[in-house]
Amino acid sequence: MSDLEPVIGVEIHVQLSTRTKMFCGCAPSFGDAPNTHTCPVCLAHPGVLPVVNGEAVRRALIIGLALGCEIAPRSIFHRKNYFYPDLPKAYQISQFDIPICGRGEFTAIREDGSELKVGITRAHLEEDAAKLTHGGGRRAGADGSVVDFNRGGTPLVEIVTEPDLRSAADTAIFLRQLRQTLLFLGVSDCSMEEGSMRADANVSVRPVGSQTLGVKTELKNMNSFRFLERGVEAEIARQREIIASGGHVQQETVHYEPDTGHITSLRSKEESHDYRYFPEPDLVPVAPDPAWVERLRSEQPELPIPLRRRLVVEMGLTQEDAEVITGSPELVAYFMEAAGLADPKSCANWIRGELRAQLRELGQEPWESNVTPAHVAALVGLLADGTVSVPAAKEVLAGVIETGDDPATVVEARGLGQMDAGDLSAIIGEIVNANPDQAQQLRDGKDKVMGFFVGQAMKRTGGRAEPQAVQALVRAAVLGE
Amino acid sequence: MIDDTTVRHVARLARLRLDDAEEQVMREELSGILEHIDAIRAMDLDGVPPTTHVIELENVLRADEPRQGLSQEDALREARAVVDGSFEVPRMD
Ligand SMILES: [Zn+2]
Repeated sequence: MSDLEPVIGVEIHVQLSTRTKMFCGCAPSFGDAPNTHTCPVCLAHPGVLPVVNGEAVRRALIIGLALGCEIAPRSIFHRKNYFYPDLPKAYQISQFDIPICGRGEFTAIREDGSELKVGITRAHLEEDAAKLTHGGGRRAGADGSVVDFNRGGTPLVEIVTEPDLRSAADTAIFLRQLRQTLLFLGVSDCSMEEGSMRADANVSVRPVGSQTLGVKTELKNMNSFRFLERGVEAEIARQREIIASGGHVQQETVHYEPDTGHITSLRSKEESHDYRYFPEPDLVPVAPDPAWVERLRSEQPELPIPLRRRLVVEMGLTQEDAEVITGSPELVAYFMEAAGLADPKSCANWIRGELRAQLRELGQEPWESNVTPAHVAALVGLLADGTVSVPAAKEVLAGVIETGDDPATVVEARGLGQMDAGDLSAIIGEIVNANPDQAQQLRDGKDKVMGFFVGQAMKRTGGRAEPQAVQALVRAAVLGE
Repeated sequence: MIDDTTVRHVARLARLRLDDAEEQVMREELSGILEHIDAIRAMDLDGVPPTTHVIELENVLRADEPRQGLSQEDALREARAVVDGSFEVPRMD
């Protein structure tokens, strides 16, 4: 049999962090007492009318523009009909054939720097369902489910991709970078754990070279990218096995069990896909003014993917540096300010390395700490002009974190300036004379012993010596180099 | 004329329980509606945009300003059964 290749597309639901729900003035909430954010509209009492939240439309447009989508000059809402207790109207207001954002493309960057292009089919607006908890009923978890309508009606943007992904790893890369982009746009919290970003994957396999798609399954409800990647991997393996043994993949919804690594089939609801979409008569079309769309386009922030490329190409950062720095909009702003004042690569090294390491113990992020971007730049400057050694610079940084004083002040106050060459040379001479055995080892070519000398020198100088200078001086004293 | 299976399918989707007589009435009425649609379809409608709304209004948007909703007590007032501040429904999983 010919080789099989996986074909994967994803559907991502993003909860917009607006102040009110999609069609009523209730504040969406997470974690509040149940049914404390509801009104006759989101509880679907008879006779009520929905009104579209303009801010949700604005955010949908922002997302569409960032994904390079065609913006529909006029889009309409549809009713998607099905009965389920989390949907009080027995239909979800969604969009069908004329979504607000049409075709687009998103380019992610793999670790090796190669591009991963994923076609966007559409991005449309809809409302979230309420939260249904099974087994929470009064009769001892036997037959009751309970509904909390706080989440019901929260604005969602559903992003649907083309089946352009070919591996579980690529799927995870795409989703992580899409999430990062959405965070930079400031449209959603994008928390997988809290459910403000949810991803389903459509998975199928087909013979390599085939243009037709195999039968797909839908992998549902993944609450982390790690599980999603593993789930897609497991589902691909399951489908390969079925086909290898001469069987056929069934179109169904499947679930990945992170604990066991198993794929289980969710009972398929009979007639569940007959949604009988029809235009929502209670809502008029949304026709975004082209001038508004253009203004939103011009106001887009620099997005993490192009920014990442710019950091590498223009500022000399490594792919890995760039990935860490673009981890959040706050960190980007912090880095950019420092990089405007000192060598960008050195600033990146200190920010992603020592600064974050020292702050981790305090549970702080760089932009929340005493260390300003200007401090980072000043520290990089003190290293570059030889005022401080690398070990001393780490102590200077600790001092800045503690006091908020600028690095030069900390150097002064704590006597951390680099020793002058003559003083250091004298100290090295003393250390060599006091340790004839180690000196002999060095003469015998045992280079490992150099660590001993550097350690001694650091101890004697309180870290104010540059390790490389120490090594050179030791060599000179012992080997006459 | 649509067949009985189609009527039963549509009734099921709408969670309607119909007896034989009702099924027959629905069959005739639904068929009438569909015949009307077919009559429209038979016309030359090239260049006629589909009508989704009869009123010519667009962009009725609301400012994103929270409004006081219902108290939990009021929200649950019409519930058939309540458990710990939530609506209780038949077990669904
Ligand atoms: Zn409401």
